[in-house]
Amino acid sequence: MVLKVMSANQAIAEAVKLANPNVIPVYPITPQTTISEHLAKFVADGDMSAEYIRVESEHSAISAALGASGTGVRVFTATSSQGLALMHEIIFAAAGLRAPIVMADANRALSAPLSIWNDQQDSISERDSGWMQIYAENGQEALDSILIAYRVSEDHSVLLPSMVCIDGFILTHTVDPVDVPGKGDVDKFLPPYKPDHAYLDPKRPMSIGTFTDPNYYMEARHDMELALEGAKDVITKANSEFAEIFGRKYDFIEKYRSDDADTIIVAMGSICSTIKDVVDEHRDNGEKVGLVRVRVFRPFPTEEIYDAIKGASNIGVLDKNISFSVGGVLHNEINAKMDVKANGFIVGLGGRDIKPTHINEIIEKTKNTTKTTQWIGLNKEEV
Amino acid sequence: MIEVRFHGRGGQGAVTAAEILAKAAFEDGKYCQAFPFFGVERRGAPVMAFTRIDDQPIRRRYQVYKPDYVVVLDDGLLEVVDVFSGLKEGGKVIINTSNGVETTAGAEIHKVDATGIALDILGVPIVNTILLGAFASVTEAVSIDAIIKIIKETFSGEVGEKNAKAARLAYEAAKKG
Repeated sequence: MVLKVMSANQAIAEAVKLANPNVIPVYPITPQTTISEHLAKFVADGDMSAEYIRVESEHSAISAALGASGTGVRVFTATSSQGLALMHEIIFAAAGLRAPIVMADANRALSAPLSIWNDQQDSISERDSGWMQIYAENGQEALDSILIAYRVSEDHSVLLPSMVCIDGFILTHTVDPVDVPGKGDVDKFLPPYKPDHAYLDPKRPMSIGTFTDPNYYMEARHDMELALEGAKDVITKANSEFAEIFGRKYDFIEKYRSDDADTIIVAMGSICSTIKDVVDEHRDNGEKVGLVRVRVFRPFPTEEIYDAIKGASNIGVLDKNISFSVGGVLHNEINAKMDVKANGFIVGLGGRDIKPTHINEIIEKTKNTTKTTQWIGLNKEEV
Repeated sequence: MIEVRFHGRGGQGAVTAAEILAKAAFEDGKYCQAFPFFGVERRGAPVMAFTRIDDQPIRRRYQVYKPDYVVVLDDGLLEVVDVFSGLKEGGKVIINTSNGVETTAGAEIHKVDATGIALDILGVPIVNTILLGAFASVTEAVSIDAIIKIIKETFSGEVGEKNAKAARLAYEAAKKG
């Protein structure tokens, strides 16, 4: 293993180079831009043979990605925030057309007010689209997740697109040591994509994306639901083969010192690294605090999360998003799907820095077992 | 763990400096992390960047509020930003300035005329690599050899050579005090 110091954006680009997609339509947007730049350089330098399409908007980027995927080849694109929102129409179409596109989303707040900084509102707002969603904790996981995402998306029993979500700036622009795997190992884990039957080929003409009357639409949507639920077995298999080849074991969730914990924090993405430090401090003081990190958000790992948190007296769920008048989305899904009373905490919107003092405040506030939502880290004068 | 905060203006290279420092520390066998905090996305706006160095893998991902060391790329920032904020007791501050700087209680201030060195050697007032040379000398948190190596990896050809030379000069000058 050779570690190199790089940003999560570069780590994603390195993963894409290893996955070797045929087509990369991409439009730059802060804080995703350096992904597009690294990939453009790889292609220009001849390190990748992909067709790099410089489109005029994100709507075009995902449209070109969908068109290319429709011809039965491997495709990559990347975006962030307003770009993802502009893609919204085609995001749903890509899942419905069962195109195994892999896209990186550099998580950034949505306007207004205009912000370039991190929260997860952009990808969370696409949660009903039928895409799989993985939230990475660090650059290494970002790289690894791209490879796993292709493997799962392209499985003939799944054929749904994947979004690998990385926190804007906190991961995209943070450099730390990352292991870039060898091409030979990656080829073993991720063979070239072979489309099954529904792809565009002049020798075998067919139409994809046709008008569907009420006799067929529900079946198509039901098939998507079955495929997304069925993807869980495919993800489990991919994770275990990934661990065999690369030595890094991923799961739907990560349990950090949570097995015997009275108080459990549930969160997604890069904030979990800071939470682990805070958990260690509480454990040093003899307090049974733990973390459950949700890594795969779609398909939603209901059983895994429930098994991990059901024994705790106090549960706090962190959301870097807000479904107005309802609360954080992860918090509400956990309370809706599980027999628990979890407290919800809205944190880190628009790049508000989340400090250990905030995590400690949350741990203290989970002692009131209610399902209410509280905002943490607001400026005092705004409360 | 050593925590460093850089203060610069957009376009001055504070972010690159934080990354070079992280990579140099890694070259020395340490774990590292570096990340920026941009104000608004335009040249001249105040920018912060952070580097963490440790013997263990680094997890925490919030900004640096209690730095061991502060590096200031532009002394004009002293009037608009509290660069000393949260500085640890006995912490060191390296400032690019050719003027006097008011001493703040508890802070050990090292003044470097990095702009002067930059204009002499590079021909442009870009001071980030020069301050890293001074940083290596003042803090001994990173080796000058690693700093020079990463500077040459970051900037190819003549630009890399000149930046390396400038960093070395600032290192030697700081050694003499």
